[in-house]
Amino acid sequence: MNPFSYSRAERADEALQAGADAAVMYLAGGTELLNWMRLGIAAPDRVVDISRLSELNRIETLDQGAMRIGALAKLNDIALHPDVARNYPVLSQAILKAASAQLRNLATIGGNLLQRTRCAYFRAEDTLSCNKRTPGSGCAARQGLNDKHAIFGWTDNCVAVQPSDPAVALAALDAAVVVRGQSGERSIPAREFHTLPVQGPERHNVLQHGELITAIELAAPAKRSAYLKVRERESYEYAIVSAAVTVELNGDRIKTARIALGSVAHRPWRLDEAERRLVGAQVGSADVAAAIDVDIGKARALTHNAHKIVLARNAALRALEECFNAQAQRS
Amino acid sequence: MTAEPIKLHVKINGSDQAATLDPRTTLLDFLREHLHFSGAKKGCNYGECGACTVHVDGLRVNACMILAAQVDGRQVTTIEGLATKDGLHPVQQAFIDCDGFQCGFCTPGQIMSAVACIAEGHTGSDAEIREWMSGNLCRCSAYPQIVDAVKAAAAKMKLAAA
Repeated sequence: MNPFSYSRAERADEALQAGADAAVMYLAGGTELLNWMRLGIAAPDRVVDISRLSELNRIETLDQGAMRIGALAKLNDIALHPDVARNYPVLSQAILKAASAQLRNLATIGGNLLQRTRCAYFRAEDTLSCNKRTPGSGCAARQGLNDKHAIFGWTDNCVAVQPSDPAVALAALDAAVVVRGQSGERSIPAREFHTLPVQGPERHNVLQHGELITAIELAAPAKRSAYLKVRERESYEYAIVSAAVTVELNGDRIKTARIALGSVAHRPWRLDEAERRLVGAQVGSADVAAAIDVDIGKARALTHNAHKIVLARNAALRALEECFNAQAQRS
Repeated sequence: MTAEPIKLHVKINGSDQAATLDPRTTLLDFLREHLHFSGAKKGCNYGECGACTVHVDGLRVNACMILAAQVDGRQVTTIEGLATKDGLHPVQQAFIDCDGFQCGFCTPGQIMSAVACIAEGHTGSDAEIREWMSGNLCRCSAYPQIVDAVKAAAAKMKLAAA
């Protein structure tokens, strides 16, 4: 780890002022930044600790059940919050399937979105070809070990996937990521927060240097929602694929469905075409799988990951079924 | 560049500690190398194994994933702080009774995690214990006995509290 100086921000505007300096990085939960510094992925001259900004860690329920979750709220606190568990089961489930109990006591929801790909070439201690680590150096995973890599939205320059579980739930929920910078506040749809390689393989997300995530905003409750995570172990492992689904039913017909797949692209991958086709489809009919297959048909396998296409399809269908079977809870 | 040292005050196992440290010092290195509390172990140093689990303000965390600077003003409990003059903590005793370890390297982290797991109320079933203890790896794979120990300690502590 390279030397850095440490200071603690007492207020968000103080942090923003310090963060304008290109050599400054913010420290929240620390569960990513410390590893980046150990691996040489980041080497800030100065670390500004924002973890005690109490103005950014509140979990608030607003009118009509909408919620505003401060960016510094801890993952466990969000997942176990009664309003989140009741109104947004997909988010609660996604969080509780992320990392471990200890890490979730440290990690914040804002920081979770900023985690970077788990691609072994990106995280390597040696210098390997990786356009994210060294722009222009190529992509070792493209022809290398890519069984965990993308099946959607990849280019020859980068085949990495974004590993966050909560991000997939937030994409399915059409959540907003509220960001504050020197010039004020802006709101970014969660499904567009992470970048695809066509936007520049060296990028991870749309956050500008010095900007601070201040909150996550959730719109109307999605009680009929579920998160399915497929992995090599039952617990404490990244997803091979995951699916976050929200459904509204009208009798045995689908009124609306939102489906986001995780660990299949460098951003949570919404099945837009399937979602359109599912409107009006009968629960349990062959139309459901047919709708999913339209989007799954657009997947492109790498050398070692064709199995992920099948897993992604089946994960989406199983998560949909969980939503169909969920007892609509009383509000 | 050279970085200015940071000063911190922290309560560890009930005793006040003050230190001046390189900002890079993690809580784990502070405990082990500066204070010689060697119970918390450095297994992976990447937040993956849980051998460094300690409590900060009562919550279980990975000591390798926190800068010492971040615990300024906080209360830290390590495995060394669990036993009292009356004897071992019930979770420590349960790990002995249930044979919850083989080489013992992961045990301090397992026990600190188990104490928190019981306090959080995540011991309703074997499956729940396995899920909420999954952040602590045991390369000897004493997992069945660890689950037994957590279950036994939870039952004993519930009885004692009743």
